[in-house]
Amino acid sequence: MAVRAKSINPVVIFGGSAALLFVALLTVGPLIALWMRADVSTRLSGSNWSAIRFTVFQATLSAIISISLAIPVARALARRQFRGRALLLTLLGAPFLLPVIVAVFGLLAVWGRSGFVSQLLIASGGERISIYGLTGVLLAHVFFNLPLVARLILQGWGQIPAEHFRLAAQLGMRPADVFRRLEWPMLRGILPGAFLLVFLLCTTSFAVALALGGGPKATTIELAIYQALRFEFDLGKAALLGLVQFSICAIVAFWSLRAAVNANFGGGLSGAVKHWDASSQVLLWQDRLVLLGVSAFLGAPLVAILIRGVPSLGNLPVTVWPAAVNSVLIALSSAALSVFLALSLAAMIDLLKSRDSRLSSTVEGFGMLTLAASPFVLGTGLFIVIHPVADPFALALPITALVNAAISLPLTLRALLPALQRQRLVYGKLADSLGMSSWVRFRVAIWPEIRRPLGFSTGLAAALSMGDLGVITLFAPPNVETLPLVMYRLMGAYRIEDAASVGLVLVSLTLTMFWIFDRGGRLGHQS
Amino acid sequence: MDISLNKFLVAQKGFSLAADWTISDGITAIIGPSGGGKSTLLLAIAGFVEVSSGELLFDDRNMTDSAPEDRPVTLLFQENNLFPHLTVFQNTALGVRADLKLSKADTERVTETLESVGLANMNDRHPSELSGGQRQRVALARAVLRDRPVLMLDEPFAALGPALRHEMLDLVARIQQQQSSTVLLVTHNPDDAMRIAERTVLVADGVAAESMPTANLLDNPPATLIEYLGNKKGPE
Amino acid sequence: MKRSLLTAALVTLCGAAWAEAPTLTVYTYDSFVSDWGPGPAIEAAFEESCDCDLVFVGAGDGAALLARMKLEGARTKADVVLGLDTSLIENAKATGLFAEHGIQPSGLSLPVTWDDSVFLPYDWGYFSFVYDKTRLSDAPDSFAALLESDVNIIIQDPRSSTPGLGLLLWVKAVYGSDAQTVWEALSPQIITVTKGWSEAYGMFLEGESDMVLSYTTSPAYHLIAEGDDTKAAAIFDEGHYMQIEVAAKVAGTDQEVLADAFLEFMLSETFQAILPTTNWMYPAVTPSGGLPDGFDTYSTQHALLIPAANVEAVRKEALAEWLSALSR
Repeated sequence: MAVRAKSINPVVIFGGSAALLFVALLTVGPLIALWMRADVSTRLSGSNWSAIRFTVFQATLSAIISISLAIPVARALARRQFRGRALLLTLLGAPFLLPVIVAVFGLLAVWGRSGFVSQLLIASGGERISIYGLTGVLLAHVFFNLPLVARLILQGWGQIPAEHFRLAAQLGMRPADVFRRLEWPMLRGILPGAFLLVFLLCTTSFAVALALGGGPKATTIELAIYQALRFEFDLGKAALLGLVQFSICAIVAFWSLRAAVNANFGGGLSGAVKHWDASSQVLLWQDRLVLLGVSAFLGAPLVAILIRGVPSLGNLPVTVWPAAVNSVLIALSSAALSVFLALSLAAMIDLLKSRDSRLSSTVEGFGMLTLAASPFVLGTGLFIVIHPVADPFALALPITALVNAAISLPLTLRALLPALQRQRLVYGKLADSLGMSSWVRFRVAIWPEIRRPLGFSTGLAAALSMGDLGVITLFAPPNVETLPLVMYRLMGAYRIEDAASVGLVLVSLTLTMFWIFDRGGRLGHQS
Repeated sequence: MDISLNKFLVAQKGFSLAADWTISDGITAIIGPSGGGKSTLLLAIAGFVEVSSGELLFDDRNMTDSAPEDRPVTLLFQENNLFPHLTVFQNTALGVRADLKLSKADTERVTETLESVGLANMNDRHPSELSGGQRQRVALARAVLRDRPVLMLDEPFAALGPALRHEMLDLVARIQQQQSSTVLLVTHNPDDAMRIAERTVLVADGVAAESMPTANLLDNPPATLIEYLGNKKGPE
Repeated sequence: MKRSLLTAALVTLCGAAWAEAPTLTVYTYDSFVSDWGPGPAIEAAFEESCDCDLVFVGAGDGAALLARMKLEGARTKADVVLGLDTSLIENAKATGLFAEHGIQPSGLSLPVTWDDSVFLPYDWGYFSFVYDKTRLSDAPDSFAALLESDVNIIIQDPRSSTPGLGLLLWVKAVYGSDAQTVWEALSPQIITVTKGWSEAYGMFLEGESDMVLSYTTSPAYHLIAEGDDTKAAAIFDEGHYMQIEVAAKVAGTDQEVLADAFLEFMLSETFQAILPTTNWMYPAVTPSGGLPDGFDTYSTQHALLIPAANVEAVRKEALAEWLSALSR
């Protein structure tokens, strides 16, 4: 083993630790705050336990289904060049970025009892379908998460060196061999992280489970928390439930991060690679079918949202525009913060990896855990902490940006970490041997490698923040609105049509913002 | 085996490479400025890059459009020739059967070949535990087992020190003699060409010129080669 | 010229400082403060006479509003809280955060008598199932008929929504100890249970169900705001559960006089006349001009209301029954 001459960079350790501390404060801090304010000791009721069981059950199932469907989609995208591929990649970004309520109405337009599919079935003599219940919850979760996972896996395919596919072609490997020897090892590195991500997202999912769940059978922990905070004002119970949710996620996080075998690929040529093993007509048609299917599945609800929103665009309330400005400002600052935190953490994780891989995984796990924090607990906890010392209203926008950054951190970290690690595998030794200074190294070696995932994750974080309603409701001062808030207020005032238009504005802004960043990251990048 | 390129042209965005010649058994070096198309030439012969026009013949069989696996060719890359999660033995055995379903005789043959390239008792190691030279030896062992009439190497030893590089070049020469194959070796080092290649092809300015005896080419280098060699006359 | 500008600026500045009007902060629910709610018109009307700055702060819905008050405790900035309802009154009083109003309200047009010393009503409504006449020709005319029919409904979760809780209490008021059996029988007709009113109503408008749990005043919205007379409320023989929306003065207010004035103003003709077509509820005092068209269609029903003091106990029991019935 060669002795590493590299010394620990104190800036990396300091930055990483600060980010870690911040994350810990935002995740565990609110739980403690709630606990301190709670005056009675509470225990979990029977219905709380069934909520916990259902949450774990649906989150596991959602993750498994999303991943199983995302694999063929990512593979088809990895090995086929076709017109509209870039558009499809953008489409893959869309569902995840939709505000939940907009997406739910899009899904209902297709899958609902009066939706497109039901109409089709009735017209052909069949019966209308009802998706309410577990089916509906899974459908929505797959709609949100399949594209996200597909994009993550697609990045994994890009990490397999082009030489390996050429080698496989030369050696005459069959598709099954290619899967076993090239693709499966890559997937083993990526899937546990992807599973974790979907699991976390579905655990804290609230609106979806409620709207499509069909009743109290499909109650999630998040609803129980909401109920405890809102109706019963039982802070102790909310904290307890938040802790349970946290523990479940922590267990899954550490299990899955341990299961993730670090797929140690050498750096290969970047860019699109032809896969010779997939040149048969059967596979070509299989891929076409997969891509067509996923386009329809993701595209139809989006089209429905468009159709619903357009008619009322003309009489949008004027409050939409200042609200849009607020939303964009919050989104941009929270995205910047999220990416900054993710880079700080990723640099530290990467540095620790070569010395103490267990510590490194622990840090990575913590970085993922903000997703497990209940937004209600987070918001209430922050309120309890801040209210005695400062005016929560005055801090509404910064706090919203802060919380949104924390919540999108797991995603930005997930996207940036592999790129940073790959960068070191490819250029690390070279850079060390050339004695590159940190800045030169960043410019020459790190920046070209991370700019793509950086663009992607900045866009993601910004978009997530755009659609978020969460904390602003607790802190929103009078006369400061965000787009989702305007939308909910419209719906609350019977103006469903206008709400659909605001929803469309929200979706368009969100997607545009994501597109600009994602595109910016790819601009000028060879092939 | 003869390799014939007839009015052969690979054209890509802002880049093209033309060739019109035949080479035969023995070792031929390919030399020229980087970005000139040396690698593309090998990739096209191996079937990884589409040929825009012209023909590619192996002996007299036209294989311009054949699948990579059907061509009588083994191509060694500069790196990433091994699958990181397979052992040395498995990586080598891929040259016998791509699905790794080996008979007892196959297993013995793989071990013997590994010994013959100087890798005894390393069967169970993974590529990450090997040095750069050892990795290329595994790749060469696999090439020996595949036993294709044409062996092409794309700067395979560029990262190695001079002594080790010479050793590896000699190994290539030995393999060529054992199998009387046609070897194409891309190198940026005229020294390598002088050491093992009787003839050399100069690739520059979008053209792969007809091969010449290596010594002749390096003694009277054309302008493009002088520029590349840095005004050095002949090998150092 | 320069000088006069400066003077003008100074005068404006001082003027602004002197005229710094006292601020009255009213916590309310979100839809009240929205541009389409009563908030803006009421703010303008009150500020005309009070020489003050009236600030509405939206805090989710009624139940979230109470939780917010508990969270802020005595340090709250609120001077008045407007938007709790009869099911929350006892709970709210127990916090000790609210002060008695000392007002003798006159001319209340509620179907029940009002004698609460802390909370004053400002509007009210009946919960009911709303349907589309073009899609459902034969709406049930009682709970019993609903149970016998195959009409499907969307309701709200009583744990997260005011109408959801209203239905829970409604069923309990009608069926008492048989409530759980009724919920079990109704269960197959429930398409889904949503978090809040908006989702449920939106789904109903999209055609997801025959009927949706809402208010008897909902059809009036469609009639008045959209000129659409296809929506109707299904009137049930057993009677309709009421929601009375109330407001109270915060005990720790530093604007006692303004807060009292606001509560007086709340029951005035000006305030009450704004409510029907902005909050889409029946005003607590019928304005002299009467109710707008479409409002009186359903305004007199057999009113059901569980006394505020008992609500908390009934809610706990009913919720357990509801959960058990619908979790099967």
